[in-house]
Amino acid sequence: MHEYSIMQSALSQALREARLAGATRVHEIRLRIGVLSGVVPDALQFAFEALTPGTSAEGAVLAIDEVPARFWCAPCGKEFVSANFYSECPDCGQPSNELRAGRELELSSMEVDHV
Amino acid sequence: MCETCGCGLPSGVPVTVSGHDHHDPGDHDHHHHDHDHDDHSHHHHSHEPGAEERQTLDLRHAILEKNDRLAERNRGFFRARGILVLNVLSSPGSGKTTLIRETIRRLGPRLKTAVIVGDLATDNDARRLRDSGAPVVQINTGTVCHLESDMIARAVKQLDMAKLDLLIIENVGNLVCPASYDLGEDLRVVLLSVTDGEDKPLKYPPMFHTASAVIISKVDLAQACDFNRAEVTANIRHIAHHAQLFEISAKAGTGLDAWCNYLVEQHKAVKRRDPLGA
Repeated sequence: MHEYSIMQSALSQALREARLAGATRVHEIRLRIGVLSGVVPDALQFAFEALTPGTSAEGAVLAIDEVPARFWCAPCGKEFVSANFYSECPDCGQPSNELRAGRELELSSMEVDHV
Repeated sequence: MCETCGCGLPSGVPVTVSGHDHHDPGDHDHHHHDHDHDDHSHHHHSHEPGAEERQTLDLRHAILEKNDRLAERNRGFFRARGILVLNVLSSPGSGKTTLIRETIRRLGPRLKTAVIVGDLATDNDARRLRDSGAPVVQINTGTVCHLESDMIARAVKQLDMAKLDLLIIENVGNLVCPASYDLGEDLRVVLLSVTDGEDKPLKYPPMFHTASAVIISKVDLAQACDFNRAEVTANIRHIAHHAQLFEISAKAGTGLDAWCNYLVEQHKAVKRRDPLGA
């Protein structure tokens, strides 16, 4: 929901990493975003386009890998995938307490160039 | 528009924070939490023909945006002092201010309490809350539709934190945006009044999913609204089955004792906690 601020943090981390690696240009920035993170990929893209001009990431590609939500069902002894916050096991109907994946907000990797 | 969440009001009005004059606040030890970046940076070199050398940096860094960083700082500050902090949220008009005021009155000397209240404009809620005898700081956000951790950090400077047991933060009335902003609280308390409609939890999942406690408020009006208690309870369980449920009429006083006892217990747990622990 506050994608602009998140993109600012991600970009400043990415640019710092690029500098540390001695890179001159960023070609791609890859994020992992959980479907329950509350963050909308389109809005991140919009923020990316607004923030990158004038930086070494200008013209770079923003790649977003979406991580599905997975809950653990203790009675069934297995995980199930959910598209939303409703955490009832599709097999036994019990609500799950344990979200194992789906809230990620991660700068996962980048591709940089040394010209 | 609101620059952080993009909702529709024009920006340019400053956020102001005001409380009444106090003794010097104690020294503010802001505990800095180091952010553990997973520093497993693997650098792969791909040798391609041409002047450029492309390199992949494998990072896996959590993106903790600015609000979360400051919220953790707030959390450390409160934790070091053994203060229980509530973030009270709801639609506008669900009864947050009255509930907070009556909670403080019913708690009496059991927990020394202060309040930070956020509204776009006016200090009406701060005035109402001061009737309880507690110190209150009013934040006027101007056009921002939710409280953020930096606003809390500023407001805390206007409070005497010495010997404080409980800090109640009354958020801006809004079931959407405030859900995304950690303030450094221990408990998120979401109010749902009997006039709000039974399906609110289903309509606003992120807010209700993050609730530690859900309070059904204005229960004295339940009959007049044909309030369906079974339906709302089921809906709350569907989205937030881990949340503690309370049914209160601040006006009539019903349910307040159970709620206050819960706060006293939660505060004991906070005092027992290791301030440097996770």
